Amino acid sequence: MKVTRDKQKEDLNFDYKYGFSMPEKSFYKAKKGLREDVVRMISKIKKEPDWMLEFRLKAYKIFLEKNMPKFGPSLENIDFDNIYYYLKPTENQADAWEDLPAEIKETYDRIGVPEAEKKFLAGVSAQYESEVVYESVNKELAKEGVIFCDMDTALREHEDIVKEYFGTLIPAHDNKFAALNSAVWSGGSFVYVPKGVKVKLPLQAYFRINAERFGQFERTLIIAEEGSDVHYVEGCTAPIYTSESLHAAVVEIFVKKDAHVRYTTVQNWSTNIYNLVTKRTHCGENGFMEWIDCNIGSGITMKYPSVYLHGEGARGEVLSIAFAGKGQIQDAGAKMMHFAPNTSSRIVSKSISKDGGRTSYRGLVQVSPGAKNSTVFVSCDALILDEESRSDTYPTMKIKENDVEIQHEATVEKLGDEKLFYLRSRGLNRADAESALVLGFMEPVTKKIPLEYSIELNRLIKLEMEGSVG
Amino acid sequence: MLKINNLIVYIDGKTILNDINFIFEKGKTYAIMGPNGSGKSTLAYSLMGHPAYKISNSKSQISNDNTIVLNGEDITAMEPHARAQAGMFLSFQTPLALSGVKVYQLLQLAMHGKKDPLKIRNEAKAYAKELGISEELLNRPLNEGASGGERKKMEVLQAAVLGKSLLIFDEVDTGVDVDALKSISKFLIKYKKDKTYIVITHYNRILHYLKPDHVLVMVEGKIVKVGGPELAKTIEDEGYEAFT
Repeated sequence: MKVTRDKQKEDLNFDYKYGFSMPEKSFYKAKKGLREDVVRMISKIKKEPDWMLEFRLKAYKIFLEKNMPKFGPSLENIDFDNIYYYLKPTENQADAWEDLPAEIKETYDRIGVPEAEKKFLAGVSAQYESEVVYESVNKELAKEGVIFCDMDTALREHEDIVKEYFGTLIPAHDNKFAALNSAVWSGGSFVYVPKGVKVKLPLQAYFRINAERFGQFERTLIIAEEGSDVHYVEGCTAPIYTSESLHAAVVEIFVKKDAHVRYTTVQNWSTNIYNLVTKRTHCGENGFMEWIDCNIGSGITMKYPSVYLHGEGARGEVLSIAFAGKGQIQDAGAKMMHFAPNTSSRIVSKSISKDGGRTSYRGLVQVSPGAKNSTVFVSCDALILDEESRSDTYPTMKIKENDVEIQHEATVEKLGDEKLFYLRSRGLNRADAESALVLGFMEPVTKKIPLEYSIELNRLIKLEMEGSVG
Repeated sequence: MLKINNLIVYIDGKTILNDINFIFEKGKTYAIMGPNGSGKSTLAYSLMGHPAYKISNSKSQISNDNTIVLNGEDITAMEPHARAQAGMFLSFQTPLALSGVKVYQLLQLAMHGKKDPLKIRNEAKAYAKELGISEELLNRPLNEGASGGERKKMEVLQAAVLGKSLLIFDEVDTGVDVDALKSISKFLIKYKKDKTYIVITHYNRILHYLKPDHVLVMVEGKIVKVGGPELAKTIEDEGYEAFT
């Protein structure tokens, strides 16, 4: 049967499982636009220590001075004066599921938070309208000294740790959006894993934005002490909006000696959202950092998770999937900085563009003098599904050391007619055959993410693919 | 079973099959032989509905008689998946590797829930054992890292799991060693039952096992001769010269 793209969209708008809007019911809303008094007010409401207020104010000044990025897609339509910079949904955080307001519960029910929790969650930190409103940390984790809470709580209850690390890896002057986040951040997660503790189940946070013209500026800080191990998962689904929204997050991760952190993102913001995120890891001796980054939604995404390999023998990996449909630009990639001997990095990027969507791989690998015996592997594969779509690759290598092994592969392919015919001859209709090939193309990355996320991801891709029938 | 009426096939406007008329009967085994480029694979692809091969009929479009009919169903205008669902299976001459598409997943999608996934798995495992292919190959994406012989065996395995009634084997005997040929042939005989086999081949050796009821000779896009098994022997001894 022939289904047109417009009809599909209509159907999606009517009942779009992965993006829906609940009525706003916020207790506090700052005025639109960013001024110094807004920054002061945010800090005051949160009853923050003076150093954080100073940090915010300094960042605000840097934000004003900084230019927009000189590369990548155009961001000229972002109207900074037309954004709410702070919104607090409820008076206090609820620590039990039952205490949540009905609307928020309904929202979570629809994305299956309690379901997922029952199954294998170690702890849930759910973000709703910029503030973490619900969170339950597994008692066993707490017993081992693992801290998993929202950033605001962390600042109140673990100020020393926060002060030691906050903003040290991604300073406000790193880029304009890191500066913006530093000035107005709200919510986000804080994870602290003590020495030698291995967290067996993934820690998960669900993020949602639910107010029109509302920018979300969460701030996440993860510290994995020596020999520890943790997997953090953020999954994003968002309501459909009528106007632009901005999401500018900052994620800082510290992987100490022999520690391992895996950070998985399934990003599915609705297509009117600018998703401009700065993510960076400091990796110590023999430490191992894995970024698994899946970008399906948003209008424009600019995101280049990076690993600074400071310790000898440190390893960094970025596995990413980018999907760009109609009107979408996914400008994603990775950054690997080798500062020590015997370090290794691996970047695997898979992108899919269709219906005029654009994907770009933008990567930087730098090997400093003295980082001997380091290995670099970069592989970027692009799948372009039709003539209107586009994919670009911008790989940069700055190699200042001779004793390194470097491998770089890049492929661009189209869905092969012969492969499609093979699958169709087995009894699959065209749409099923196409999604089987697309999902197969992504498989090297999706097999690394938790099952329920990969199922949701596959379902989202299938939904997108169905639009191409006809 | 399969009835082909006045079939003409074009590719890029050029005629490559010319006025094919034939009735394949239920439960029989047919061999199609012919020199390179005679249109054997084109016929197989056209029957399966490959989009590059434009099917047209020699007579007026209005006539009801210009058709491919499978099990009483007119499949002339059907898409490949619908032909598969109507009972056709094509074993490819050069089976592709499908990165990321696992064998079980493919079989499951192809069965559309008509067979329990566990049953599919058990059957595939049992067939793999009979064919002498490692179970590990089933857990991998289709044909990834598989040899030519293993790929052919994987085609035959899929044919058995999917259980279609009309099976076309396009050079299933090419690129396989003597032992593999033997196990493929034995397997095909064992699961023949009342299925119809169309075996496209260059060599008589597979026909020693499969013992075709009829041998068709194709030359330049036409069926030029139909005979019994002895025809294959003649071709083996004398080549196609007598038909050209």
